[in-house]
Amino acid sequence: MSKKVLVLAETREGALRNVSFEAIAAAKQISGGGEVVAVLLGDSVSEFGAELVNCGADRVITVEHPHLKSYTSDGYGQAFMAVIEQENPEGIVFGHTAVGKDLSPKIASKLQAGLISDVTTIEGEGEDAVFVRPIYSGKAFEKKTIKEGITFVTVRPNNIAPLPREERSGEVSSLVVDITNLRTIISNVVRKSAEGVDLSEAKVIVAGGRGVKSADGFAPLQELANLLGGAVGASRGACDADYVDYSLQIGQTGKVVTPDLYIAAGISGAIQHLAGMSNSKVIVAINKDPEANIFKVADYGIVGDLFEVVPMLTEEFRKVM
Amino acid sequence: MNIYVLVKRTFDTEEKLVISNGKIQEDGAEFIINPYDEYAIEEAITVRDAHGGEVTVITIGGEEAEKQLRTALAMGADKAVLINTEDDLDEMDQYTTAYILAEYLRDKNPDLILAGNVAIDGGSGQVGPRVADLLGINYVTTITNLQIEGTNVKIVRDIEGDAEELETSLPLLVTAQQGLNEPRYPSLPGIMKAKKKPLEEIEIDDLDIDEEDVEPKTETLEIYMPPKKAAGRILEGDLATQVSELVGLLRNEAKVI
Repeated sequence: MSKKVLVLAETREGALRNVSFEAIAAAKQISGGGEVVAVLLGDSVSEFGAELVNCGADRVITVEHPHLKSYTSDGYGQAFMAVIEQENPEGIVFGHTAVGKDLSPKIASKLQAGLISDVTTIEGEGEDAVFVRPIYSGKAFEKKTIKEGITFVTVRPNNIAPLPREERSGEVSSLVVDITNLRTIISNVVRKSAEGVDLSEAKVIVAGGRGVKSADGFAPLQELANLLGGAVGASRGACDADYVDYSLQIGQTGKVVTPDLYIAAGISGAIQHLAGMSNSKVIVAINKDPEANIFKVADYGIVGDLFEVVPMLTEEFRKVM
Repeated sequence: MNIYVLVKRTFDTEEKLVISNGKIQEDGAEFIINPYDEYAIEEAITVRDAHGGEVTVITIGGEEAEKQLRTALAMGADKAVLINTEDDLDEMDQYTTAYILAEYLRDKNPDLILAGNVAIDGGSGQVGPRVADLLGINYVTTITNLQIEGTNVKIVRDIEGDAEELETSLPLLVTAQQGLNEPRYPSLPGIMKAKKKPLEEIEIDDLDIDEEDVEPKTETLEIYMPPKKAAGRILEGDLATQVSELVGLLRNEAKVI
């Protein structure tokens, strides 16, 4: 049986997020030849409708309201539930993002539904879809299915390939929803993430550990990350020592990341750190200690001082890019 | 203030996982309070000390989870509740857990409920928001700062590295993110006192829940270890050669740049 699947599309800094295209690809697979309907919530978002269609959505529904300018679980919850009521979907896909993680359990609870969070791979399609997700921060994996009711999943950024873009046509319609009784008022957002590249979506991560020795020591790592269009991350040791903010921590506590390229500089590779990054596609380790654990998971290793190696690496990339 | 903390017993982060017969082997493994729940306990104690009231820690699981509850009591929580599902439920998911917790909390009139933002084992991060929704109260996830004045609440939360400042009010459920506080270690007097603090054990029957009410909505088919990575390559030669070889490999062999 083919399914109608809703996708929550997200924007960030005036553009659609990559994870939304990945979520559309996931929805297509779950739909088994059915219909993929992208949902856009915000104060002014209809301009993004056409792009979602070109990326694989069959239709787009927008809900625009001044109260949807900033995400709140109440505002987004009311808007998304109104779309569900209108559409009666058999599946829902969110990105496993700050918004997706916060909103999906609320929607699942209202639907008295199961929810499979943080999916990295989908095997099979339609009724036969099986969802793979990491557990124990990536030390193991589990395969899950929904036993009854709606198929509701969140997909981890950077893991499911988006569909190829092509010129397509599809209806972009709007739904009027009365958004009331917001119990949370957002007063301010302080940008701390440098350069706007989000760690969980970054294709390249340059991470530093205790070996970086100081907050200033992160400067060459940031320079390399900037050049490669990536983000800087850190081990718990570097965060505990106050070199960088805890929001950059990668590991079993902290973020679990799966970039295309992970460069670990001055990170020894404690088991908790490995849990957060060992599923990256390619891992480069730079460490003075040839016995460091990090070399066991690295695809390529350089034994040396990161303060020598990282700037040389930046120079070398600059030459060829 | 009537404060509740949702706590989960999890594998120690130092533990290596072993899977046999399709299950994670628990024999001989060390267990801890889920690290994010420790932040929640610490914050609950701080709020109580500032505003008065009582902190109750709750967990769902088997007899063994008593140990983690005693640790929470030793940190400074006042009471503990173990909802023992060992004999009644074989399979659970986040739907099940949230349903049971909400049924327990329903007539307790909590002002503030705290939980970790995610458990480091299952990693779904669903239970806190689900419980709040079932109780009809507001929730805020991944918080890094909490200020309460009367029923007004000011919060800073982590949203993918940025800090969002917001205002809301009690009753409220919050989930803790790293950076919220520095959890205390139980003191020796704390440990002694914890032995005498009330630890109530109940079963789902006591909550008038039938097994059918809490049938999980999802099913786990298989648990497995990720494929072992082939040994990597340590580059050789002088540093300049290694660096240029690495750039070549990343561009041409791994094709990630």
